[in-house]
Amino acid sequence: MASVLQLPVVKQHYHWIDRLAHVMLGLVAVFLLYFLALPLGAILIQALQSDSGEFVWLANFLAYAKTPALLGSLWNSLWVSGLVTLIVLPLAFTFAYALSRSCMPYKALFRGITLVPLLAPSLLSAISLIYWFGNQGVLKVWLEHIGIDEIYGAPGIVLAECIAVFPHTLMILVTALSMSDARLFEAADAMGTTALRKFFTITLPGAKYGLISAAMVTFTLVITDFGIPKVIGGNFNVLATDVFKLVIGQQDFAKGAVVAILLLTPAVLSFAVDGYVSRRQTAMLSARAIPYRAQPAPLFDRLMTLFCANIALLVLAMLGMAVFASFATFWPYNLTPSLRHYTLGLLDAEVGVAFLNSITMAGGTALFGTALVFVGAYLLEKTKGMDSLRAGVRLLAVVPMAVPGLVLGLGYIFFFNASSNPLNGLYHTLTLLTLCTIIHFYTTGHLTAVTALKALDSEFEAVSASLKVPFYKTFWRVTLPICTPALVDMARYFFINAMTTISAVVFLYSPETKVASIAILNLDEAGEMGAAAAMAVLIGLASTLATLFFMMLAWWVNRRTQAWRR
Amino acid sequence: MFLDLRQICKNFGSFTALRDISLAVQKGEFVCFLGPSGCGKTTLLRIIAGLEVQTAGQVFQGGRDISCLPPAQRDYGIVFQSYALFPNLSVFDNVSYGLVNRKVPRAQTRQRVTDLLKLVGLPGSEAKFPGQLSGGQQQRIALARALATAPGLLLLDEPLSALDALERVRLRQEIRSLQQTLGVTTIMVTHDQEEALSVADRIVVMNHGVIEQVGTPMAIYREPASPFVADFVGKVNVLNAQRVGNSLQLGQMRVPSNGAEGAVKVYLRPEDVLAHPIAPGDAHVFSCQIEGIDFLGSHCHVHVSAPLLGDQKLTVYLSPNFLSEQSLRAGSALTLKLLPERLKVF
Repeated sequence: MASVLQLPVVKQHYHWIDRLAHVMLGLVAVFLLYFLALPLGAILIQALQSDSGEFVWLANFLAYAKTPALLGSLWNSLWVSGLVTLIVLPLAFTFAYALSRSCMPYKALFRGITLVPLLAPSLLSAISLIYWFGNQGVLKVWLEHIGIDEIYGAPGIVLAECIAVFPHTLMILVTALSMSDARLFEAADAMGTTALRKFFTITLPGAKYGLISAAMVTFTLVITDFGIPKVIGGNFNVLATDVFKLVIGQQDFAKGAVVAILLLTPAVLSFAVDGYVSRRQTAMLSARAIPYRAQPAPLFDRLMTLFCANIALLVLAMLGMAVFASFATFWPYNLTPSLRHYTLGLLDAEVGVAFLNSITMAGGTALFGTALVFVGAYLLEKTKGMDSLRAGVRLLAVVPMAVPGLVLGLGYIFFFNASSNPLNGLYHTLTLLTLCTIIHFYTTGHLTAVTALKALDSEFEAVSASLKVPFYKTFWRVTLPICTPALVDMARYFFINAMTTISAVVFLYSPETKVASIAILNLDEAGEMGAAAAMAVLIGLASTLATLFFMMLAWWVNRRTQAWRR
Repeated sequence: MFLDLRQICKNFGSFTALRDISLAVQKGEFVCFLGPSGCGKTTLLRIIAGLEVQTAGQVFQGGRDISCLPPAQRDYGIVFQSYALFPNLSVFDNVSYGLVNRKVPRAQTRQRVTDLLKLVGLPGSEAKFPGQLSGGQQQRIALARALATAPGLLLLDEPLSALDALERVRLRQEIRSLQQTLGVTTIMVTHDQEEALSVADRIVVMNHGVIEQVGTPMAIYREPASPFVADFVGKVNVLNAQRVGNSLQLGQMRVPSNGAEGAVKVYLRPEDVLAHPIAPGDAHVFSCQIEGIDFLGSHCHVHVSAPLLGDQKLTVYLSPNFLSEQSLRAGSALTLKLLPERLKVF
């Protein structure tokens, strides 16, 4: 035994083709380092430096803690986000429960309606709220009845955020509830268990991790959202608007960086919890589980239909109002439909250019983002060697999930605006906006790609190597064709998010490279609410068209490349 | 010597998967790695393929040191339990996958694919997709793909485990006759002893990362080198005995045996205990009582307890015909005879 141990450890030689894979993985690592890790590092450095660039430890944090106005924003952010979570979670859970555990009719329709808000910037719900309950709102009296003076401020933020985050919360809960084992319910039935007891002993424990994860995600989305508080917040300050004011208004980079780090905390926390939760969730459900199928229960099904119809109606009312108002000639005095706001927005305010910028950026994000993310995921999952580099890239690929757009955008200012940065020339360009958006939504795309790749037989690469076929040929002939449906999914996700995103790009545009979602904010600031609504509707329309396009693409791709699935 | 493994060791962190494995395989030989799951047999196969890297030790193939070569620079074809056929490529494209890359002329490729498909018993299936074939047919295609480039070594990683029982028996016979026709050196990993016994020239029995025994199927079965091999390959009765002088004391029965004195374990195959023919005056005959009978179709497992052997229990194989002729059922008395030369003592 001893003589064996003294032999030198065997190391396999690498074929030059394997080296090629390593070089490519290295390039992905450099990209993630330069466009993710270093900008985030720049925030940390900024937070620990004085204006003159000296290292001041935690002085900026202390200065922040001594500013009562800023502390007020922190408290506002916390309670508003908490309240939204408390409201949305039970509603979304009931909705998800109706979708997965009842025989309610029109499930697809209800589900589809609740997903519509994802197609437009989140601030669309804020604009709608202003039309409903604002100073000249249709239902302003209702507010007075329940003792709220005006919608601007906390009430508006809470309501608008509820609508905006509902689809996100719902998606997580639907997934959590759909992972159920019918055999548990059959066993319970065989023992004569009551419906209530089944709910508390099987359903709820099964969805526990999903609920935790949904709560964290909801809270994080609300606390880091910028568009809604900007539009409907009035004088009610929150962390997200503070960052913008501190950095763009007062050029107080140090305090801005401190707030950014505060915003990063809940996101990092929910990221960690989510990681823990997803590990537990998969361990809970065996591959042999039989999916639960709901049995018709007339009363329960009718109640659920009623509930979902109400929610769907609420969502439609929200969005419908913005559409309606965008066509109203002069709110609220002349409601005759006209295209005035559209012409005003597109031509007079030159949003047309911004709109083209948006399309260019979204297209670029969809194309390059999908390519980069998929190749990155492929190299991680299907090639071998360079294990420490691999671990680093794997970590960097999931970090964007925990980084709010505002924080990322701020990091980009600090990092790319520095004159010492060799890529300083990128600052203010559409290229940088595109790269920033790719990074912002990297993780979801990455996880989609990894899931698709993991579904492939892990021995394809081994077989190819034994047949002496280089990995890139197998990638091109086998891996890529099989994964095209996932690629289309990723591209659609990138495109729609690039169209609607505000938070990261709000720091990075110049007048020439302004995108449509930012133009809406500017129109709103200028008091052109109608035009702002019109442009938001246009973004929604573009996203809808894009979704339809990607659906057709998926159908075509399926016919072309998935024939073998029969 | 075609394939030569020298002192192969493999650690995964602190876990030792393989410990000092040395093995020589002759050209044209069919060798099975047999052992329970986790014994290291698949790891050893993957080291030969270059898909895992041994912690220490050397691999020689055809006289060439391939210890450090990546898979693409070695010479083998491989078939996995999961088939690993490319689902989006037709059978033709799958089988010709390695040929296309070698710039083999098109006509020659087509001829080679036709021949291979005929060889594995699926002529004319070129245009089909793997999803349209049964598991056994897919594994035949995987075999054709592995053989397409005429490799010097064929590696089979549990190729039959995903198939149903009938298909498994049929395909293992086909693999064996194919291997003999082509004369290709073949290593198959399996946890199924029957599979290994029926196809291999030699079996390598592995356990806990070491080789327990290497030998022909007959030697492995009849002359197991260790209790593990005796227990793992085939069914065996384990009896407690005492060795006194030159004989074994099995309860009240004495059987000649050489070796150290003291408590020993006696391993005895069920088929080495006979119920007939027993002539009057035969030695090593004992009476016992039937405790239970498992009917398995062609034969029965009869569980008996033998007061003469110190009330120890053992299982014997008897034919249903014999049982009905003698009207034997649970509770009946039965006379059995041991074949002392077939006892293995550890």
